[in-house]
Amino acid sequence: MPNNPLAGMSIIVKSITRIIISMVMVFGIYIVAHGHVSPGGGFAGGVIIALSFVLLMLAFGKGVATSKITKTIASNLESVGALMFLLIALSGFSGGAFFMNILAKGAPFKLFSAGTIPLYNYVLGLKVGVGLFAIYLAFVVLEKAGKRK
Amino acid sequence: MELYVLLIFMIFAAIIAIEIKDLFSSVIAVGAVGFALSLAFLILKSPDLAITQLVVELLCLIILIRATIRKDLPLVIEGRWIFNTISTLVFVAVFLFFAYTALKDLPAFGNPIMNVVKKYLEQGQAKTGAVNLATAVILDFRAYDALGEAALLFTAVIGIMAVLRSFDKDDKSEADDAE
Amino acid sequence: MTLYLLCLFLFCVGLYGVLRKRNIVKIIVGFAIMGYAMNLFFVMLGYKMHGRSPIAAIDQQVTNMVDTVPQELVHTSIVIGLGLTALLIAIAIKIYEKCGTFDITKIKRLKG
Repeated sequence: MPNNPLAGMSIIVKSITRIIISMVMVFGIYIVAHGHVSPGGGFAGGVIIALSFVLLMLAFGKGVATSKITKTIASNLESVGALMFLLIALSGFSGGAFFMNILAKGAPFKLFSAGTIPLYNYVLGLKVGVGLFAIYLAFVVLEKAGKRK
Repeated sequence: MELYVLLIFMIFAAIIAIEIKDLFSSVIAVGAVGFALSLAFLILKSPDLAITQLVVELLCLIILIRATIRKDLPLVIEGRWIFNTISTLVFVAVFLFFAYTALKDLPAFGNPIMNVVKKYLEQGQAKTGAVNLATAVILDFRAYDALGEAALLFTAVIGIMAVLRSFDKDDKSEADDAE
Repeated sequence: MTLYLLCLFLFCVGLYGVLRKRNIVKIIVGFAIMGYAMNLFFVMLGYKMHGRSPIAAIDQQVTNMVDTVPQELVHTSIVIGLGLTALLIAIAIKIYEKCGTFDITKIKRLKG
């Protein structure tokens, strides 16, 4: 990258990013939501959501991306995701065991079937997505501190 | 068949990634190994893994390029180079020989002894209601693995934030940001 | 059998990189290659000839699926590999800031 990476890229990249970024995020949410029907699941969908945020930061520079999701919001959302995972797991005690699948099974191939598996997918998607974006944010914030020395 | 071609391509790309002098080209070669691995997962009939490996490889490449973009190292060959290389190659040869004698006891490629997964495959759809059996195994039958993975990602995020903190006293906005 | 040996040879290429290279980024590349080789080895152990992927179909009964347990273990291992590589790169960047080089033979001071 010959330009300063903190200032974003040229105007062609910015225009295409404006069109594409919502499609990438919707695709990530689709893979998270259909985790129990087609290949995918919480982890792969979460990484795709994180990649859409990273695309925003690469194309528009550091200022625009951190005004939408600051470091504090990213840390808090990730902790909320981890806590909700544990809460859903603990709620299996009402069925008899830790991690027990207590919701209704439903008909196969439908979106609301398979008990607690879609809930785990949503929570994992949130946690992994925001957490990996927080990792990339930590790298970029360091670069600015390194330049000032 | 196709797996042989992919494996030989991966070995060539890995040798290039280790031996080339430019850091940037080495990172791109690791990216090639990762993409070929995703194709190999698809040939071995596991689409879940192919999706995950592809996107994780992409994020890994972005982070690696971030680290090597402006830092290079001139190559200097120190003394005792011949002895070190020969001893490493001898060690690798002994390792491969013992691996060959151990691999003869494995079942042949393509005929696994599926003792553990018989119950998962037969009763998986009836017991959980999920159609994708790989997701059902990782999130219902073996959910402790998912708990361990979530905990490990959390620890990795906290570890990276702790390593990359800066303690400058004259950098006020940095201190407020790290709060 | 040859497939298993080629996979372990890929592991040995990564191992040579970890043992013999002086640049920290090359060592991290060696770790990544070792992780890829091991993941491939596990999934190859569970492949069944003319098997199908472990997803049921609407209109037919699928009976010949490949082994699912190695796939789930490797799923966990891929994400763990990402966390490992990210943490190693963070440490390498910090070392470059403190000592000014990536060369491991020149990083001798523990303080400062």
